Amino acid sequence: METSPARPDAERSGSPAAAGDGRGSVELQGVTKKFGTFTAVDDIDLEIGDGEFFTMLGPSGCGKTTTLRMIAGFEQPTQGEVLIDGQDVAGLPAYKRPTNTVFQNYALFPHMTLEENVAFGLKRKKVPKDEIKRRVADELERVGLSGEATRKPAQLSGGQQQRVALARALVNLPKVLLLDEPLGALDLKLRKGLQVELKKIQEEVGITFVYVTHDQEEALTMSDRIAIMNKGRIEQCAGPEEVYEKPATTFVAGFIGVSNLLPARVISGSEVAIEDGPTVSTPDAAGFTTGEELFAVVRPEKLEVSTPGQAPGDRPGIEGVVESSLFLGTATQLGVTVADGSKLTVLVPNASEEERQRLPGGGARVYLSWEPEHMHLVTESPGEDGTENFQPMQTQDQGDQTK
Amino acid sequence: MNLWSRIRENAVLYIGILVIFYMLAPIVVIAIFSFNDPTGKFNFEWAGFTTQYWAGAFDNEEINRSLWLSIRLAFFTSLGATILGTLIALALVRYEFFGRKAANLLIVIPIATPEVVIGAALLSLFVYASAALGFTTLLIAHIMFSISFAVIVVRSRLIGFDRRLEEAAADLGAAPLTTFFRITLPLLAPGIAGALMLTFALSVDDFVISNFNAGAEVTFPLYIFGANQRGIPVQVNVIATILFAVTIIAMTFVILQQRRAEKMVEKRADDDKKASVAIPI
Ligand SMILES: Nc1ncnc2c1ncn2[C@@H]1O[C@H](COP(=O)(O)OP(=O)(O)OP(=O)(O)O)[C@@H](O)[C@H]1O
Ligand SMILES: [Mg+2]
Repeated sequence: METSPARPDAERSGSPAAAGDGRGSVELQGVTKKFGTFTAVDDIDLEIGDGEFFTMLGPSGCGKTTTLRMIAGFEQPTQGEVLIDGQDVAGLPAYKRPTNTVFQNYALFPHMTLEENVAFGLKRKKVPKDEIKRRVADELERVGLSGEATRKPAQLSGGQQQRVALARALVNLPKVLLLDEPLGALDLKLRKGLQVELKKIQEEVGITFVYVTHDQEEALTMSDRIAIMNKGRIEQCAGPEEVYEKPATTFVAGFIGVSNLLPARVISGSEVAIEDGPTVSTPDAAGFTTGEELFAVVRPEKLEVSTPGQAPGDRPGIEGVVESSLFLGTATQLGVTVADGSKLTVLVPNASEEERQRLPGGGARVYLSWEPEHMHLVTESPGEDGTENFQPMQTQDQGDQTK
Repeated sequence: MNLWSRIRENAVLYIGILVIFYMLAPIVVIAIFSFNDPTGKFNFEWAGFTTQYWAGAFDNEEINRSLWLSIRLAFFTSLGATILGTLIALALVRYEFFGRKAANLLIVIPIATPEVVIGAALLSLFVYASAALGFTTLLIAHIMFSISFAVIVVRSRLIGFDRRLEEAAADLGAAPLTTFFRITLPLLAPGIAGALMLTFALSVDDFVISNFNAGAEVTFPLYIFGANQRGIPVQVNVIATILFAVTIIAMTFVILQQRRAEKMVEKRADDDKKASVAIPI
């Protein structure tokens, strides 16, 4: 209570239902959800730690919302268990769970003022009136809407509504806050600003955030850990850097920014043979069995372009023909077709105009080389061709920033 | 030629005016004749201006009794029909059950059935059950034919209802009953109010079905019909005009409400534009 009343920490210590008591963990054990014969979520296991900013990332329809709804209690798993704070919550209805949700469309109560919206959860918990008043005022102040307390949601802009939705959930200090694409409906500029704000708030209150998004950039910038989902399964669950640098599958490599996939085969515990290309020694190979077919991933900015025959040193490389050249401002993007017919993307930073002029144009034969440590091995996603998921260039830039 | 092309250009307007005149003329006549001072029993010929019937609008005992009966009947009818109609609409929209599609269709049948048929059928039912005709049988009959309308009005509101609001309430710790009274019901209120008004009006207005099932009771429409033989008192015009005015006021109220809701939506779109400019990032 030593800080000003606007400080959220102050009332957290004063409230008996305070979160941040170190027990906001979520665990999914073999959770499957079927709708009829369709499997929306397929046998997933997750362990989310207390106070973690955990993101579920994946394309539309991969089962992110369904997973979140099972944690919130709106859906019951067909199989498997959900544990919150170590407790199996099977059969516990949504209104009895220690979670709160920020819905994608906000779902603000249109017939109530902002104040009433934010106070709704506290009233259900029978928190004393004056405490409700104080906490609601503090929360509205935190999200910068004190002046609008008596307005109705319909009188607010999208960004403001999003803040109210956040305040309405956060004011209850849940053990776990579930956020379903909370910034999905906002324009880019607003989204960027709120990303920073959300992350700050999460660090401030220390509540576990389970965040759903299909925006890889958002996931990379905000999360402590990311689970990348595809077709109801989790393909990889790791920190943002690991996900970006060491994707586990072709799908992950494709979904997190542009990746070049070269078919390859493991020939020993320390070497892989690139199809129609060189044999490269890499410590990554130790994780696979000899003879396994997989893919070597090299990020577009890690490929170096040179004239065939003039290759620098003993770097592994592959020959190809330039198909396209695209000026992107800070970089030039080359499309190169290599021997086995696959198309690689190369990103050459634009240092100066004259350097750019020297870049090979369409039809030129080039040699693409890379440092062995920049090459990473991934397995093919089950039933998935990772190359389908190549993302537009902006994504690549974002990936760079996170490193 | 000039005149002809002018008429052609504005044909929609002229026809519109004619149609409106056609629709409103009878009502205007009734209002005008509420100021008439008829010489004989019949109030069909203009005989001079007077406000005496407005001053003594409620002087006729017989009219008052029938009017009061109609209002009481309409009150309970709208209440009963709207409560039942709301529950039926909830069941039809929200729950999957055997025969739901059929029920959705069957619910409009009373609207499509000729009133004479409903009236006669109800009468034979009451006779078969040896129920004494009177207020109760009238109420049962009125609720019966009003329910369909209530269901339709509430159902349309329910179909546009965002179920995620109820999930949001549950998420914030509201038990199902709390959610129903705090979220569902308030948001359905405009539909429910609409159903109340509509069923009230239908009940006050009904003649055919009442005629079969009233027994010795005389509702306002039944009174007017009876009085028509002997000459309708001018008070009937006065009361009809009052009823009409009340309807107009209620409608204006509803329209204004609608306008306000639309303005809010516009304002919100404006704010969005402003916000995306104002927030420095
Ligand atoms: N109630 C339901 N009944 C039938 N199918 C459903 C239901 N809810 C979800 N699904 C299906 O399950 C799959 C996963 O849905 P989910 O909403 O979890 O996807 P998502 O990852 O959140 O996608 P998005 O990014 O589009 O929100 C989809 O194919 C969807 O059609
Ligand atoms: Mg979703």
